[in-house]
Amino acid sequence: MVNKIISINEIKKIIGAIPDPEIPVISINELGILREVEFDNDECLITITPTYTACPAMQFIEEEIKDRLGEIGINNVKVKLTYSPAWTTDWINENTKQKLKNYGIAAPLHSSCNKVFQKNVMMNCPHCNSTTTELISRFGSTACKALYKCNTCKEPFEYFKCH
Amino acid sequence: MNSKEILYNYCLRLGDDALILGQRLSELCSKGPILEEDLAQTNIALDMIGRAQALFNYASEINGGKNTADDIAYRRPEFQYRNHLLVEQPNEDFAHVIARQLYISAFEVLFYGSLENSKDSILASIASKTIKEIKYHLQHASDWTVRLGDGTPESTFKMQRAINNLWMYTGELFEMDSIDDQLLKSGIGVDKSPLIEKWRKQIQATLSEATLTMPEEMFMQSGGKQGVHTEHMGHLLSEMQYLQRAYPDAKW
Repeated sequence: MVNKIISINEIKKIIGAIPDPEIPVISINELGILREVEFDNDECLITITPTYTACPAMQFIEEEIKDRLGEIGINNVKVKLTYSPAWTTDWINENTKQKLKNYGIAAPLHSSCNKVFQKNVMMNCPHCNSTTTELISRFGSTACKALYKCNTCKEPFEYFKCH
Repeated sequence: MNSKEILYNYCLRLGDDALILGQRLSELCSKGPILEEDLAQTNIALDMIGRAQALFNYASEINGGKNTADDIAYRRPEFQYRNHLLVEQPNEDFAHVIARQLYISAFEVLFYGSLENSKDSILASIASKTIKEIKYHLQHASDWTVRLGDGTPESTFKMQRAINNLWMYTGELFEMDSIDDQLLKSGIGVDKSPLIEKWRKQIQATLSEATLTMPEEMFMQSGGKQGVHTEHMGHLLSEMQYLQRAYPDAKW
């Protein structure tokens, strides 16, 4: 009967706060992975979407959701994966972008994410703000990032690709 | 075949292309020519395996759960795989890796772009998800084709050789058979015949920029979609399926 007392908004708050396993300074809600919370009779149905098709964090996130809901007495939980609408970096707001930057990851630059990002885009270094940076590789340590280096402070950094 | 079986087979075809190319690219893990390329190729491999997983999960659902996505991936004999011959071709050298990716990604951008409008909502959603990744793969393959093609005499020679060697496997990508025709009729599948001209234009543009020559018309090899594969397929499967064959039902 516990789930009758806890509102959907409260559930959203609790599981939305789960940190992304790859970038723990931002939550799955800020990243746009958490899509929907509903009740089907006594079953709590959570819909999540992967950033990239093969995002290896999805299973971890699913288990984390079940754990946190279990802690507040909701045990009848189903986590559903959806591909539509396709996840986009457009869902990341300015506040979250600042968090990424503070963490040392350059935030996605533009909002029209249907374009493949170009090499010659000016990218600010998240460490020293210099604009003399250079792309090392379109592909980085995770599917969502590219590798850059700063020619001023000489530090390498990652860029969260527009997608 | 009834309509369920047709759709099931369609999912296998699409999923097998992704799975087999994912396996080929995984072979480059820790063996990339430079560290950044090692990351790039295995990132593309991961995208491919993610797409295969999505399609096999759907196939398993269509099949009423009789076999899981893992069963589909690891428990079939060679002649039941339905991928195009192009994706099973060996890595040979880096130029072959890039040429194969250029051909298949240019095709997939068009194919999945069309599948986004499928009447099957699950296929459409997988298509709209995966196409963003494919555009990125195509950009990467095009960049390298130009860099190697318009590079040193040796890199030009090797890139042209790879472009020529793999050309005979590109005709199959556009073939339509009864499964394609039936799904096209029901608004689920893609009409591939109009895609070939767009594909040729795209390849021609990239090859021109790379100072390479478009291969001449030649005999086109096909058979993958019917399960008749090149000699490379068995070797690929023997490695990919080793764990499930040696330790059936092994789990992580």
